[in-house]
Amino acid sequence: MAFEPVREMKKLNYEELRIYSDAELKNYTEEELKSFKCKYEIPKLDELEKGPWPSFVSDAKQEALRRRKLSDDQILTHRDAVEDLLGQLELSFDEGETHWKHGGIVGVFGYGGGVIGRYSDLAEKYPSIAMFHTIRVNQPASKFYSTDFLKTICDMWEYRGSGLMNLHGSTGDLVLLGTTTEQLEPIFYELGHVLDTDIGGSGSNLRTPACCIGKARCEYACYDTQALCYELTNYYQDELHRPAFPYKFKFKFDGCPNGCVASIARSDMSFIGTWRDDIRIDQDAVKAYIAGDIVPNAGAHKGRDWGKFDIQKEVIDLCPSKCMSLEGDQLVIDNSECVRCMHCINTMPKALKPGVDTGISILLGAKAPILDGAQMATLMIPFMKAEAPYDNIKEFVEKVWEFWMEEGKNRERLGELMQRVTLPKFIETIGLPPAPQMVKAPRSNPYIFWKEEDVKGGWNRDINDYRSRHKR
Amino acid sequence: MASVNIAGREVELDEDGFMVNPDDWTEDCAKYFASGEGINELNDDHWKVIHYLRDYYKQFQIAPMIRKLCKETGCSLKYIYELFPSGPAKGSCKLAGLPKPTGCV
Repeated sequence: MAFEPVREMKKLNYEELRIYSDAELKNYTEEELKSFKCKYEIPKLDELEKGPWPSFVSDAKQEALRRRKLSDDQILTHRDAVEDLLGQLELSFDEGETHWKHGGIVGVFGYGGGVIGRYSDLAEKYPSIAMFHTIRVNQPASKFYSTDFLKTICDMWEYRGSGLMNLHGSTGDLVLLGTTTEQLEPIFYELGHVLDTDIGGSGSNLRTPACCIGKARCEYACYDTQALCYELTNYYQDELHRPAFPYKFKFKFDGCPNGCVASIARSDMSFIGTWRDDIRIDQDAVKAYIAGDIVPNAGAHKGRDWGKFDIQKEVIDLCPSKCMSLEGDQLVIDNSECVRCMHCINTMPKALKPGVDTGISILLGAKAPILDGAQMATLMIPFMKAEAPYDNIKEFVEKVWEFWMEEGKNRERLGELMQRVTLPKFIETIGLPPAPQMVKAPRSNPYIFWKEEDVKGGWNRDINDYRSRHKR
Repeated sequence: MASVNIAGREVELDEDGFMVNPDDWTEDCAKYFASGEGINELNDDHWKVIHYLRDYYKQFQIAPMIRKLCKETGCSLKYIYELFPSGPAKGSCKLAGLPKPTGCV
């Protein structure tokens, strides 16, 4: 099924929208770049131009040089922002300390998040980065771009910001690094009115959702991660832009258990594609793998000689539930015992495919260590269909939010709330029946709570009644 | 740190325009901050929110959670944004003279 946007997407034409001419964009020569000297001495940073990896210092110098040579009317913020940033960074390298002030509250009208305010604590020494706010721009699902979009946003950002970006922030946003408070509303206006793009989330709200590449370019995808990510991002705009939660909340969408956006570790609500029927086996392709006609893992281990492919050793013996075997030259899988770990499919992608009855598992509660320790997500819903308009998923999301918003303490992540109220209470409140799949192992201690109505006779007992049978 | 003159009194502000010392607050401060936060005139509902925030802060030395603010004042989050376009943190807390909200914003 082809992707259908909720509304017509605006077609951008860079040639009509551009701010800079080709000459301005290529306004320096290789010679000039080679002899470029930052206005501060930055010997430590200069070291980081050596070596094979792309150097952020070299990139920053290029940008600094371009900004030096742009005319005054072609830059609305500080021309020296990049050089001041390098200068302050060098100082931080010297001292081993940051020079950004604590916090910063700036934003755009109508929204409670999306902009992270930042101020230098050496504003007199580095005036161009006295204000250096970050804007999170909601990225397209899986980060597919057209050059028209990227060139247009780059021109806008060169004009109204520092020209430095982060592609992308770890939550997924396209991050615009460094601008002044006065430019925030104009940038927001241009993002909305020209680029047809909104800002992302920050604060105690729904953060920008992100997904793996999904059905766009992956044959493992068990549902359309991009469509679900886009749909929920649109559907929960209000929750994204206006913080109303006890703390932050993240969605991430993985198309299969390989977890290419790491939803199980980095989202409060993790959607992971899976299937509940049989792995599809192409026996001819299995034979081709065994014969060595197809390289295992699509050639991922070509860099070293691991010997001839041995299906017994590399697939069957490594299956965690030991549910595979060879009968003659036929590969057999006992699908009722398969835990859908992806290993056999990853190793022989031309021979094995996920089933066709696909959907998602939903896991809850992943978070970084603060306050109560790091958590990965806990399985809540083993299987749910994931088909537009996703009403079943929205219903579940809202049940979880309703409980967390009511019961969550200030700055308590969902995972901590689940720990605090305990899993049994949590699943009861959000209306899930307990299932063996929710635990790795049953509890080992006997401190078991019972509900009064489940215990014959209840809790009201008379000590005299007891004493009539048991003397003191 | 900059300081501004509000109705004849010097008030110290940080770079985000929040009051450094919440005890310096007067109703004139709220009026002074209003225009910078996209508010033309402070009506009764504005004052209700502002006074609630100040009372809560006085009692607990912390700003209330947004859910609590909405419940206690009877204003929906949507209405709070109509009153204070820059939102409860940047808008109403600033007008109420509360310290700048911190944390992972």
